[in-house]
Amino acid sequence: MAKANFEVPQLQQYAEVPAIEPGTMSHSKPFVAKPEHQEPLGFPGELVENWQEKALEKMGDLLQRYRSLRVYLDACVKCGSCTDKCHYYLGTRDPKNMPVARQDLMRKVYRRYFTLAGKYFPKLVGAEDFTKEVLDEWYSYYHQCSQCRRCSVFCPYGIDTAEISMAAREIMDHIGIGQKYCNEIIGKVYKIGNNLGLPGPALADTLEGLEEDVFDDTGVRVRYPLDQEGAEILLVTPSADFFAEPHVDGLIGYGKVFHEAGVSWTLSSYASEAANFGMFIGSYENMRRVAQRIRKAAIDLKVKRIVFGECGHAWRVAYSFLNTLAGPWDFLDPRYPVPQHICEFTYELIQQGKLRFDKSQNDDKVLTFHDSCNVARASRMGSWPGGQFDIPRAVIKAVCNHFYDMDEETIRERTFCCGGGGGLLTDDLMELRVKGAKPRVEALNNVMREKKVTHMAAICAICKSQFTKVLPYYGMEMDQIVSVHQLVSNAIILTGQRTEDEAA
Amino acid sequence: MPIEVDGKILETDEEGYLANINDWVPGVAEVMAKEDDLELTDEHWDIINFLREYYEEYQIAPAVRVLTKAVGKKLGKEKGNSKYLYGLFPYGPAKQACRYAGLPKPTGCV
Repeated sequence: MAKANFEVPQLQQYAEVPAIEPGTMSHSKPFVAKPEHQEPLGFPGELVENWQEKALEKMGDLLQRYRSLRVYLDACVKCGSCTDKCHYYLGTRDPKNMPVARQDLMRKVYRRYFTLAGKYFPKLVGAEDFTKEVLDEWYSYYHQCSQCRRCSVFCPYGIDTAEISMAAREIMDHIGIGQKYCNEIIGKVYKIGNNLGLPGPALADTLEGLEEDVFDDTGVRVRYPLDQEGAEILLVTPSADFFAEPHVDGLIGYGKVFHEAGVSWTLSSYASEAANFGMFIGSYENMRRVAQRIRKAAIDLKVKRIVFGECGHAWRVAYSFLNTLAGPWDFLDPRYPVPQHICEFTYELIQQGKLRFDKSQNDDKVLTFHDSCNVARASRMGSWPGGQFDIPRAVIKAVCNHFYDMDEETIRERTFCCGGGGGLLTDDLMELRVKGAKPRVEALNNVMREKKVTHMAAICAICKSQFTKVLPYYGMEMDQIVSVHQLVSNAIILTGQRTEDEAA
Repeated sequence: MPIEVDGKILETDEEGYLANINDWVPGVAEVMAKEDDLELTDEHWDIINFLREYYEEYQIAPAVRVLTKAVGKKLGKEKGNSKYLYGLFPYGPAKQACRYAGLPKPTGCV
């Protein structure tokens, strides 16, 4: 593990609301995008000269486009409900990480230029000029929000800080101040097809390797097909699934499930990415452009269904926006949801008794489940409210003998972000990521003590990478985080599979 | 921050990755390792060399599994896992070993 050059928070048995410490995170800001990261996305390369005018123009545009944004900026009554709900506040103690304070960074500018009272009596209504200092604070604190929407669950008005931080990032991008991590990645999707910049031949080589591994393990030829025209299902999954651990173990699991289901499926080298960072930067145009790639791949490969792999925000984009971004999907088979989550796919097969498992293969683990924020609070699975909570748990319980949930206050719709969501999963924000993970790690720590939990499963590439990196800071092991379909992969009995005696 | 290798000044990005992959010479890895208080052994060089070969063919660093498999084949199964790689490169094989090898940083949700 890397050495920490900041203080790692102490885990406690009971969640405690810390006393404020102003300014503890005012130094935190991600690397600024260079012109070559900005321009392919349609943004100016560097801070434009008349930035204030341009920023206000963009803000006016967004207020027109999104009625919700204006309502959020108008509606807050400063009740304080949100103040202790943000993992970044709880982990950093910086009062500017209270959701209301984060909103106020935009609200004060909005009031100054877009409300009558703020134009004439700015001091009376907390309105402020949009100065360079304010812009710098925006850059810092709108990159300390993972857009997880936990605060909005507790806001009596339903104010969604995520939308405000997305709008702020969109405004900053339009004046030339983008975030390197997100914008470089979106550029790679346009140029190469995925966040990693993994070209087709490398992808093919990686998938071939997986086929060999599964064959060596089981004696069954499970395929991981790429660009197979005429396949029934297009699997769209985060490119981390090809590259990183434990993600790839989940991908191996998807392949085994498809194999046992007897359906043909394929990945696409053109749309080899489920993630859509266009959402993180609040850019409808970029989000649409990224989503359109999936449409093109589906048409070119003549598939009948689209299934998404384990990726949190991708599922939000897919479930909530795919139809308007890249629809209509009338060329797909109407008997199946468009799109479908891999957990829904596996769950249905389990319900139909079509999969066989040897649960004891996971007996070396006691599991808990981390609800990823975008799945929990911005989408659904199945046909009933709360399906997004029930289905992944039902899949885990079908393949594992030992499962315990974490504290109710920290799961389902009240789940805590992993600390790396919303485009913040970058090394230059490691302090924020470690501190922001505290509430989740605390809850994990408690079930480790009380229930002897050993592993936490997740269905989001960001969560998996984040925990791999931050758990060691808290004295835990990096491989305590696992993919849900990794557990499926361990337990599934493939037809014709070699028994353990044969293998030995 | 530029680094000095064999008397030459080489440009790096904010995170210390070489700005130009063609600038790479073995001394780059030595200099970077020294800054991290790490002594490069033959085991480190096996990884660095594999990364460079793979990159040359595929224009990307190998996936962790591809890397661990290659290591396992070459050095024995007990070394073909991430724990072994993290033992060598505490900041992570993708990020630290790639940097030493002069490769660009892998981006995305990794």
